[in-house]
Amino acid sequence: MADKYYDVVIVGGGPAGLAAAVAACEKGAEKVLVIERDKVVGGILNQCIHNGFGLHYFKEELTGPEYAGRFAKMVAETRAEVVTGTMVLDVTAAGMKRYVSCISSENGYCVYEAGAVVLCMGCRERTRGAISIPGDRPAGVLTAGTAQRYVNMEGYMVGKRVVILGSGDIGLIMARRMTLEGAKVLACIELSPWCNGLNRNVVQCLNDYGIPLYLSHTITGIYGSDRVEKVVVSKMDGGKPVPGMEFEIECDTVLLSVGLIPENELTRNAGIQINPRTNGAVVFENMMTMTDGVFACGNVLHVHDLVDFVTAESMKAGAAAAEYAKGKRVGGNIVDVVSGDGVNYTVPSKIRPENVEKGVDIFFRTNHPRKKSVITVKSGDNQIAAFKRDYMAPGEMEKITIPKVLLAKCSGSMTVSVDDAVEEVF
Amino acid sequence: MYDVLIVGCGVIGAATAYKLAKYNLKVAIAEKFNDVACGTTKANSAIMHAGYDPEPGTKKAILNRRGIAEAREVVKKLDVEYQPIQSLVIAYNDRDMEEVRKLYCRGLANGVHVKIMSQDEAHAVEPALSPNVIGALWSDESAIINPWEFATAMTEVAVINGADLRLNAEVYSIEQHEDHLTAVTANGKVDARYVVNAAGCYAPFIAKMVGDDRIEATNRAGQYYVLDKVEGRKVHSVIFGCPDENGFKGVLVSPTVHGNLIVGPDAEIAAHPEDLATKPDNLGKIRAAGLKYVPSINYRNMIREYAGVRPTTNLSDFIIEICPTCSRMINLAGMASPGLSSALAVGEEGVKLLGEAGLELVENPDFRDERPPVIRFKELSPEEQKALIAKNPAYGQIVCRCETVTEGEIVAALHRPIVPVSVDGVKRRCRAGMGRCQGGFCSPRVHEIISRELGIPEEKVPKDKQGSYIITGRTK
Repeated sequence: MADKYYDVVIVGGGPAGLAAAVAACEKGAEKVLVIERDKVVGGILNQCIHNGFGLHYFKEELTGPEYAGRFAKMVAETRAEVVTGTMVLDVTAAGMKRYVSCISSENGYCVYEAGAVVLCMGCRERTRGAISIPGDRPAGVLTAGTAQRYVNMEGYMVGKRVVILGSGDIGLIMARRMTLEGAKVLACIELSPWCNGLNRNVVQCLNDYGIPLYLSHTITGIYGSDRVEKVVVSKMDGGKPVPGMEFEIECDTVLLSVGLIPENELTRNAGIQINPRTNGAVVFENMMTMTDGVFACGNVLHVHDLVDFVTAESMKAGAAAAEYAKGKRVGGNIVDVVSGDGVNYTVPSKIRPENVEKGVDIFFRTNHPRKKSVITVKSGDNQIAAFKRDYMAPGEMEKITIPKVLLAKCSGSMTVSVDDAVEEVF
Repeated sequence: MYDVLIVGCGVIGAATAYKLAKYNLKVAIAEKFNDVACGTTKANSAIMHAGYDPEPGTKKAILNRRGIAEAREVVKKLDVEYQPIQSLVIAYNDRDMEEVRKLYCRGLANGVHVKIMSQDEAHAVEPALSPNVIGALWSDESAIINPWEFATAMTEVAVINGADLRLNAEVYSIEQHEDHLTAVTANGKVDARYVVNAAGCYAPFIAKMVGDDRIEATNRAGQYYVLDKVEGRKVHSVIFGCPDENGFKGVLVSPTVHGNLIVGPDAEIAAHPEDLATKPDNLGKIRAAGLKYVPSINYRNMIREYAGVRPTTNLSDFIIEICPTCSRMINLAGMASPGLSSALAVGEEGVKLLGEAGLELVENPDFRDERPPVIRFKELSPEEQKALIAKNPAYGQIVCRCETVTEGEIVAALHRPIVPVSVDGVKRRCRAGMGRCQGGFCSPRVHEIISRELGIPEEKVPKDKQGSYIITGRTK
């Protein structure tokens, strides 16, 4: 059935896929294939020409293309093969075998058998339709990422008077970018009472340019017959507009930065279990999904703020995929990680202590901003561990590490919570 | 001098042009927008109704039945996306069951294959239905269709057979002469011996241009949700509620030919035929109505909302006639539901009336009842995909990842008999940008391909209508 066999097939050549490839080769996988749909590897980093990438991994500040370039070079120095302009249509993991079918202009339709598959498809942006903004449907309503592509890759401006809906990082970055290109960014409007992007981006992209941020506000209407002419902004309370508090902004462009959705259509079609909290796969401590031999990492698993964390997670996945392809199997008991009070989700959601060397990292997001707070890990009534934090926010991913010795104390499950007894920001 | 000028290239104008293409005639079509099928044809329920709704004996009843019968053949011949599907009118109480029985009788009178189903039978044929449904009217004669492809396909046949399609040609006025009419359009003057008024929501205005002021537009807008294919898989029928006291059929839940789910419409007076704004209160009611039919709909998976305007008038039936004030004009007006279902029959009636008005209808022996084939990459087998890419590598490049649309299909769409000039025009031809990311990833690529293939600068490529510009200039 297959045209060729690879130990590890990696679906996607963005930061996750590249890191997984490097790690898979380091772990000794002989035949590794990275499949990228675009003409070049690097994924969305290629259009992120601002800096701030790599502070954790490279200990220096790089632009997106520089970060991608370093990893592309690292992959080129391994034995991994990279195919670009190739779209994966289907991943099947029936029985003990895994197949990846894809098409490209060069090679046509191909099916590869894989010892292990690593899913690195990234995420897409939530659209106007997904959040149902009423009004007309004129030109000039774009997701921030699409606008970023037009501006940074194609060299075109997409507006002169801009309103940004949502305070996600791409929206904040685009507020600065559009300003630098001569557009007037009139407002950034955020439904939550807090900002959803990194604090550093609020300072560097809004405050530095005097762009007002309206918290607890949203756009309740977009109007214009051919091109956007104005938006109606409403103050929100308890999920509803406050009557009489709406105002209009005349603008020609609305950029949306209202959330990212992991792109798991291939995952779903392959019948792999999805975590409804993340919209990504349910994974073990080594990033293997509940389908044997299929791994997931990066933004297809859960949306990250920093590419450095994507890299770390994907290296774990790539290494584990290489070991799986070589025949390593993990047994023993399973500890379920439960999201308790104040925790939106955790990755991983299942841990096999047998497969943990020294300790296991658990990533999560809290549900709203907090000042001094305590993260507790409990199994049943027993507290296993506690971690103090001075500040936490939904826009900044948290990480805790549970030492292996403490895992032994967990029977069946552990619950991660953020203690609400402390004073909150809002 | 043209023999016939058709005003409007929605599905009614398209069907008329298609029917006229069989004859030795010089035909022109004047369309207001920069593409065909941009009005009501673009935004409706996309359903070919079985025909149990209209009052027996009305034009609506007769032409609905004729229209869907002929459409079954035409969609095959012209390769239009179409799928027969069962329809249900569901009842929650005794009053509703009374409506169901009424519709059943109408269905029988109109010659429709209908059944009244018990609660168990209804749930057996459509497990997604709410448990509160106590019975239903059922028919297997309905279908879902791609309405803009239907109109485009028929117009393509007309164009291949010599019709002159003028886009961006809004008709401003019509001058009456002894042996012809002159339409003054935004795209030049057009002289024609006869004019067919198929202007949809604007048909009453076109009629007024020749002094016929009986028809008043009472246009009714309807809003809809489109949901992801994940939701489309939940439903296997077109589900209607019972008509209300005013005969309004209400919200329906239906899969689309592309596998999505639509929920809508409501009915509200439209300020203007192009007032297509969606409103939060209406959307809220539509959501609630959809959930009442199918409780498992997950609105977190919605991908788009839209509104369409039905060309309703003060007259309840279709208006199909030689214009009483101008014997050189044929009115095909008031084409609200079941206008799409009836289109082919309405076109046929239009031709008949042209004959009665004095137009000589001589069959064209060289008539070609076909259009260039449409390749839908996603629907091909792996072997066919392989062979196609080997022949043309552009079919190996996926541009729209959500809908699996290749560069080859986009290029082909741009070289068809009717050339789409906008990003949305390409979307309507080959689905690029119609999926869950709504063109987030592919619209800059599609934009670039349009510019390249048509040789127009990227700055000049609109999103949809003329004036819906995307780019405001170069970066610094």
